[in-house]
Amino acid sequence: MSSVLASDGIEAGYEVIPERGQRAVFCGLTSIIWMHRQIQDAFFLVVGSRTCAHLLQSAAGVMIFAEPRFATAILEDRDLAGMADCNEELDRVVDEVIARRPEIKSLFLVASCPSEVIKLDLGNAAQRMQRRHEGSVRVVAFSGSGIETTFTQGEDSCLHSLVAELPDSHDSTQRLLVAGSLPDVVEDQFRRLLDAMGITDVDFFPGRRFEELPAVGANTQVLLAQPFLNDTARALVGRGAQLLSAPFPYGAEGTLAWLQAAATAWSVPAATFESVTRSSLARAKKSIAARAEKLTGKRVALLPDSQLEIPIARFLSRECGMELLELGTPHFDTEIMAADAALLPHGSKIIEGQNLDAQLDRVREQRPDLTVCGLGIANPLEAEGLRTKWSIELMFTPIQGFDQAGDLVELFTRPLRRQQLLDFT
Amino acid sequence: MKLSFWTYEGPAHFGAIRIAASMRGVHLLLHSPQGDTYADLLFTMIEREGRRPPVTYTTFQARDLGSSTAELVLATARDACERFKPDVLLVTDSCTAELIQDQPGTLVGGANMSTPVISVEMAAYSRKENWGASETFFQLVRGLLASKVPAPGEEPAPRPEGQRPSVNLLGPTLLGFRCRDDVKEITALLDSVGVDVNVVAPLGASAHDLQRLPLADANVCLSPEVADSACEWLTRNFRQPLIRTVPIGVKATDDFLQELATVLNLPIDIEQASPSRLPWYSRSVDSTYLTDKRVFIFADASHAVAAARIASSELGFEVVGLGTYSREQARSVREAARELGLEPLITDDYLEVERHVAELRPEMILGTQMERHIAKRLGIGCAVISTPAHVQDYPARYSPQMGYEGANVIFDTWVHPLMMGLEEHLLRMFREDFEFNDSAAPSHLEEGEATLRDMPTTDVGVGKLTWDISAEKELKKIPFFVRGKARRNTEEYAQGAGLQVIDVETLYEAKAHFSR
Repeated sequence: MSSVLASDGIEAGYEVIPERGQRAVFCGLTSIIWMHRQIQDAFFLVVGSRTCAHLLQSAAGVMIFAEPRFATAILEDRDLAGMADCNEELDRVVDEVIARRPEIKSLFLVASCPSEVIKLDLGNAAQRMQRRHEGSVRVVAFSGSGIETTFTQGEDSCLHSLVAELPDSHDSTQRLLVAGSLPDVVEDQFRRLLDAMGITDVDFFPGRRFEELPAVGANTQVLLAQPFLNDTARALVGRGAQLLSAPFPYGAEGTLAWLQAAATAWSVPAATFESVTRSSLARAKKSIAARAEKLTGKRVALLPDSQLEIPIARFLSRECGMELLELGTPHFDTEIMAADAALLPHGSKIIEGQNLDAQLDRVREQRPDLTVCGLGIANPLEAEGLRTKWSIELMFTPIQGFDQAGDLVELFTRPLRRQQLLDFT
Repeated sequence: MKLSFWTYEGPAHFGAIRIAASMRGVHLLLHSPQGDTYADLLFTMIEREGRRPPVTYTTFQARDLGSSTAELVLATARDACERFKPDVLLVTDSCTAELIQDQPGTLVGGANMSTPVISVEMAAYSRKENWGASETFFQLVRGLLASKVPAPGEEPAPRPEGQRPSVNLLGPTLLGFRCRDDVKEITALLDSVGVDVNVVAPLGASAHDLQRLPLADANVCLSPEVADSACEWLTRNFRQPLIRTVPIGVKATDDFLQELATVLNLPIDIEQASPSRLPWYSRSVDSTYLTDKRVFIFADASHAVAAARIASSELGFEVVGLGTYSREQARSVREAARELGLEPLITDDYLEVERHVAELRPEMILGTQMERHIAKRLGIGCAVISTPAHVQDYPARYSPQMGYEGANVIFDTWVHPLMMGLEEHLLRMFREDFEFNDSAAPSHLEEGEATLRDMPTTDVGVGKLTWDISAEKELKKIPFFVRGKARRNTEEYAQGAGLQVIDVETLYEAKAHFSR
């Protein structure tokens, strides 16, 4: 493991301050909302309470589904009183799901707070069901509970559970594994760029179909496309893969450095790299410049949500000229975040965790030009006269890569532009 | 364990949040894991509230479970009282907290807080949202008024001379269905007949307002799902009469005014008070084609009962199915179903409702957001008449369901998803038109609003039946919205007649057999 994620000798110019108290964040179950679109032959069955079911439908239920690919096995009194054998019950429910959706190739059993507190072993259950449905459906378990996971950590937990499912790679050819859910348009762009550099053996994980999971082994180089994949990254390393250190691919600078990490590992000649990236890079810079003017000098606060905060803050400060005030993240992984954190303005203070009311007091006191926050807070802050950008949209919009750099700026300029357009106070 | 694709109600503690968020000066301490704050979004996004719900969550994580979560509860309660200075602190726990049994209500109640504490026990694994709302509202009312209950035999003070009679409007909440405008509509209706509104609760009320409840001459229970227990307690303890008719629909509104007149001993001229356009719209010849449209109704109890009455006696539909997910209020739905000669469907199981609809093959569904999923799957027109509902059913425009204007809104909303009359005629005559055809949605709807599909052969008890090609072709000539019904009737007929192959003759035999 030569290219570990250590800070490459750059002295940390930032400080991490832990904070505890009330947290206004999603639990990991929420990741099902995009993961079920990402892996298109998978079904997600949450084992939990009515609260879990309510969360899922409140988040996704505005879309009208002819056939949803997620559901909840709701625990009832008789399950808790031990009158019903939870394992038998779960078998019955899973049979019901498979009968209704015979075309699914994989079934994820997703643990929740209630199932974890009563210590229902879904890992075991998955193995048991795997034997029962051998040959038709793969069954895997992971946790999306609020007590264990915050929002995007649900994806980490899901992908982590898949790492054990990946076939062994016995090949000696070096392969690139891009880990983390990506919109297909971004995936295609990355593939084209890497291909042009001569990096042709590229896999995307998880990809679109469970059936096409990539192989992993000592020949695998991993490039993380999302910043919240701590456990997944370590599990991949555990399978023999090497992790490439890079900032995350937001903006022109981030994308260039991210691609550079792969190019270096593949010993792509500098001239080739330059010629492949030249026009895309120029296009990205141009589209950022056209929009970033509105952000220059503006003060931004980021509240904890997805772990995208640090790389996004890096982009907003370095490429859009914004001043960083509050810099919150639900979880800070020193190794994985090293390359991005090193690019933050010197002396940046990162707040890890949350004490909601105290944090809102700071926001109200500083009155940022823009606050990046969750939907439970956005409208109330707007009503107080503060402009907000709701953070979940960063997970639901193609924002990675050169050709999305302008769109990424647009996400932050739009609330400010809107304020100018609307003719009432 | 119960497989649930969609749930009609949230958890019980969500009902408690709805009560706290609807009121002023009431703060809720909710013992719950990290992540349960998603509930805030329903208020800030669906109701578009410009303030955070007055809820402080303990948001414990796995690492807290090792230490004392009870201490976390107390510290959080103190912080919340210090910061928000509420008049009342409600305390309850969510489903996960119920499992770790910290008894937050007892804990905080015994901690000598300077704020009055009312604790509510939730039974998260057997009860649901509306029960939680009802229980919370009841405990609040009881907690704030128990000390003011008059002694037995004590007569309530008579209304001062010259003062108009007044009533309380009980039941409206945030995230209820159209509560905002229903309150406005009913307040105006009452004003027009000389009755004032004393207190509206929980929506907009403070703890002090609740203490003024006994001053009204009667209570109006606008939402039995939320206010029934509180209303009954007030009737028992303060001898306030209760007005039970939920004024949704023209006739129900008439009855409501009649009940009000009787209870308050007021002369009310209902003919005068009835400016709804629904009766004329529904009588006008354009509505003739609505006659006997087969509708399926599924909603909370009060909206289901109201819808059944409007559909059958004010719009001339045929109600082919009626049900509710409100088990606590199911009696009224059973009665309404019996009057229509139907077997009521009382269930909170979405899959059972879906099976029922597939079996009945109605031409329209009046239901909740969840029935929209079913309607999409089966290709049936659908209108939302009850919670659960999503953001589009919390509109900016004035859209009551109650009172006479509510009836106008209902007429427009329910007729909209149906194929317009002329188009329906032309479809019967020319089936192969390239633009207006079978597989196309009604042309006045946007494409994709309803994807009309042929419904599959019923698999219940059909056995070896097969359709010959010509009969299958002939079936296609029946307009899509009644084709499902025709298919089912023909199969039923064929089975009864002991046939194994359905041909064109069987199709028309069946048609004659079932013609109404």
